Amino acid sequence: MADAAHDDHHDHGEFIAHHFDSAEQQFDSGKLGIWLFLVTEVLFFSGLFVAYTLYRNHHPEIFDQAHVFLDKYLGGLNTIVLLFSSLTMALAVRAAQLGRNKNCGIYILITMVCAAMFLGVKAIEYSHKWDIGIFPGSLFALNYQHPEPTMIAGISDYLIWISMIPAILLVLFSVASIVGLLTKKTVFSKLMLGMAITVGGYFLGVFAGYSYMEAIMDHGDESHAAVTVEHDDQNIHMVSMTIDDEKSGAGHDGDHKEGDHAHAEGDHGHGGHHEQAYDKHHPDPKSLSKDVKIFFSIYYCMTGLHAIHIIAGIIALAWVYWRCLLGHWRTDYFGPVDYVGLYWHLVDLIWIYLFPLLYLID
Amino acid sequence: MADQHNDLPRFNHPASIKLLLAVFGSLIGLTVLTVATSAVWPESNLPADLAFPVAMIIASVKAFLVCAFFMHMWWDKKFNIIVFLSSTLFAALFIGLTLLDTGHYQNSIDNFPRNEVAQPPE
Amino acid sequence: MVDKTQRNKIFGTPETTFLNHSKGFASWAFTVDHKRIGIMYMIGVTIALFLAGFFALVLRSHLFSFDGQGLPFYGKLSNADYNQMFTLHGAVMVFSFIIPSIPGALGNIVLPMMLGTKDVAFPRMNLASFYLWIIGTGCLLAAILFGGGLDTGWTFYTPYSIETDTGVIYATFGAFILGFSSIFTGLNFLVTVNTMRAKGQTWFKLPLFIWSLYATAIIQVLATPVLGITLLMLIAESTLHIGIFDPRYGGDPVLFQHFFWFYSHPAVYIMILPAMGVISELISVYSQKRIFGYSFIAFSSVAIALLGFLVWGHHMFTSGQSVVMTLIFSAITFTVAIPSAVKVFNWLATLYKGSILLNTPMCYALAFIFLFGIGGLTGLFLGALSVDIHLHDTYFVVAHFHFVMVGGTLTALLGGLYHWWPKIFGRMYNDTLGRVSCFLVFVGFNVTFFPQFVMGARGMPRRYAQYDPEFQIFHQISTIGAFVLGFGILGAFLVLVHAAFYGKLAGANPFKAASLEWQSSSPPDFHNFTHTPILNDPYDFDALVYDEELDTYISREFADPAKVPPRKEPVHH
Repeated sequence: MADAAHDDHHDHGEFIAHHFDSAEQQFDSGKLGIWLFLVTEVLFFSGLFVAYTLYRNHHPEIFDQAHVFLDKYLGGLNTIVLLFSSLTMALAVRAAQLGRNKNCGIYILITMVCAAMFLGVKAIEYSHKWDIGIFPGSLFALNYQHPEPTMIAGISDYLIWISMIPAILLVLFSVASIVGLLTKKTVFSKLMLGMAITVGGYFLGVFAGYSYMEAIMDHGDESHAAVTVEHDDQNIHMVSMTIDDEKSGAGHDGDHKEGDHAHAEGDHGHGGHHEQAYDKHHPDPKSLSKDVKIFFSIYYCMTGLHAIHIIAGIIALAWVYWRCLLGHWRTDYFGPVDYVGLYWHLVDLIWIYLFPLLYLID
Repeated sequence: MADQHNDLPRFNHPASIKLLLAVFGSLIGLTVLTVATSAVWPESNLPADLAFPVAMIIASVKAFLVCAFFMHMWWDKKFNIIVFLSSTLFAALFIGLTLLDTGHYQNSIDNFPRNEVAQPPE
Repeated sequence: MVDKTQRNKIFGTPETTFLNHSKGFASWAFTVDHKRIGIMYMIGVTIALFLAGFFALVLRSHLFSFDGQGLPFYGKLSNADYNQMFTLHGAVMVFSFIIPSIPGALGNIVLPMMLGTKDVAFPRMNLASFYLWIIGTGCLLAAILFGGGLDTGWTFYTPYSIETDTGVIYATFGAFILGFSSIFTGLNFLVTVNTMRAKGQTWFKLPLFIWSLYATAIIQVLATPVLGITLLMLIAESTLHIGIFDPRYGGDPVLFQHFFWFYSHPAVYIMILPAMGVISELISVYSQKRIFGYSFIAFSSVAIALLGFLVWGHHMFTSGQSVVMTLIFSAITFTVAIPSAVKVFNWLATLYKGSILLNTPMCYALAFIFLFGIGGLTGLFLGALSVDIHLHDTYFVVAHFHFVMVGGTLTALLGGLYHWWPKIFGRMYNDTLGRVSCFLVFVGFNVTFFPQFVMGARGMPRRYAQYDPEFQIFHQISTIGAFVLGFGILGAFLVLVHAAFYGKLAGANPFKAASLEWQSSSPPDFHNFTHTPILNDPYDFDALVYDEELDTYISREFADPAKVPPRKEPVHH
């Protein structure tokens, strides 16, 4: 940025760019700029809302059939996580406005942790869908079956693959933080520590989502039994085809009796059995409209694009966090916190609409 | 509504912590409300057609709270507010005019020969 | 009041300018100076223009004979290559040339100076916009080099764009990136105009070029994101078959057209509005007369920008759109004619009794009015429902939008380049050669596209590689015209490039123009102004007086009071 080096003789503050006359002009420009950016974001998402409205209007049946695959409590948990992160973001902006860099940093860190936690819960939701074959577009193949028996220690391999990236990041950030500490680069070390904690938030989200899934599996949910029946039914078929798969068989020891029972019934007629095995929460794939996958296309587009915005938000927040550590914010210079905050609230706003539109269809 | 900090520059309006917490509380309350409504609605005698508008109204109230207080719109310049709200206007225009048209030819789409039909597993 | 040495320092030929204050590749590649970015944009869009123009000449050569044999010695294409040529011509012209041309090249340089400020509000974002332009254009070219070309037409209509095995994904990704480039420019301009105007420069003291760029920027910010999501969804459709646009998977192909035109109709106003702004400046300066109906022209820009969002369906009259919607869209389409006509009438009224200087930029401005008039009026034919059924997808449509986009935007771009060239490079072009090139452009253009109206009205469909022999004569005239047009444009640029290096020194304000950019030296200082410019009414030419020593026009306030003649008319307030 050779040209940015300026030689003007104005009484400019440390952070006022050369082409602005005053802190206020700079702040107003940035503020209008970020509002306009949010306008582009709203219109960017609007295309997906058009697609949603259109298909919901013309094909309400696919929404009725598909929404049962979305867990409104996991969605609700994520809503609350995002709302809380919005609160801490608002508090961070306030702290920056008052020039309290340390407080601001703490609030920003909490916001980042919540953002990562949101992604963790999302990872649980996505991997669970992929486990039963709910993939986007033409890959869609709902069958309540993990397509390949590669559950590792009872955890979906999709979840493990997704979590690989945050796991690597966690290691990298931790190492970087320690290296920073040893080489006495305090700000760098703290930044990396903050990032490591942020990535930890992802695993917090995964843990929360996973525990929840375990809980609904274990306690009084009939659908679980029904699905397991389906699982074992399938296994037995596989055995009869001399494909021996001990791992997935072992995973369902407790249900073997029911499985045998189902098998016995199944001998008489598969069709009848299938219809009994499905329930409200796991409807028979045959009973679903062939267009039901369009719902999931829209679901993946909307939540995927939203998740990309969350990741971009974490990067922007990390930048603000770094500048908190450097103590940049003053009562007359806090614009970047405010702008990133506005962006973060917009991501929250979009989720506020996505949640009822996708999860609360009844 | 904002805290009184007379020494701050005039473009600096910190919101009070109490207010932010109150807004957060309301947002959580509304989230619980909307989940509860969606759980109760199908079993109740309430008209099914209204479930969706009610959910949207609750979402819009939440959106208003976030915009007004978390996003400082309450204290912002009017022009910025107009700028942001115009985006929803144009999005509504986009959705509205497109929706008005597409119903007309849905039949031909539904009757179009499919390349691929989702086959349930055997 | 300033003394002589100071005056010479401000308006004389400067030693250090934005062009020479730093040297080397990095001083350009990493510059955040709006003027340097503007020049880089200028070079970039010119290359895109010549590339896409080359494709056009290949097309026209091919169409010289009805059986697809091309010119006697050159130009035969296979049908598939023909499809690729017209697609690439359209895509590169629209996304890489016309949309960024006037805002990116002229707007970037002129807008901050017209506001008396040092730079746009977000200079780094401005540079990012240019790099996104390079990346996006690179992706379009990658479609040619690695993707097996592109044969969907620039509109990427589904379902064909999903079925074809050409480089649709490269090209749509390129257009997606170019969209962000456009958004960055628009956002920057909106903020700059809102917050960085000179002290006392109220909205109605802005030059009309600023108003038109502002209206353009509104469209860029509101419409372009929709193109972004549309193209992302198209990419998702062709890779994952998400079933939103593809009827084979339950999708709605007409929905794609709604999505596409929600952006691309407003986008045609992104193309023409800045051109109208340039013409407003040119007509007024070279008539030396206050622009007639300032506020009408100003508001008509905003009106066109907003109405532009309500008419996208007129591209889809024959696409299976419902009757009600065609009626609505047709009716609103006619209303766009009102603000457009307001502009044309006001320009004509400005010319009336003006002291007209027929130099190169003014020739382009007059050509613009003529060509835009035809282009605009034929748009009304196409907006009429029953007529459109006949004319849809014929050469009539091709001629219509070329009259607006080439006859309008390209002409205005050339006029604007000639107008501001002495300001940007400090050197004057050869006016005679400039006018000759303008004449070639004007004649070549009409010879190319006027026959297309005739054959379109007689039923010649667009995008056909071979056609009925009865149309051959029109195609042959058109092809000859295209080469004349090509030489005219090439000549126009050669005159400019020659001027930039070898032209006579131009002086700060050779044309007696009153907007603020003419109060800087030519070429301007790195910070645009070495003094605080005096805020004039941008159309009060009586505020300027000739300075013999400097051989240029300066504000009365700067002139030697002894030599200042009395005002011809009282000052407006």
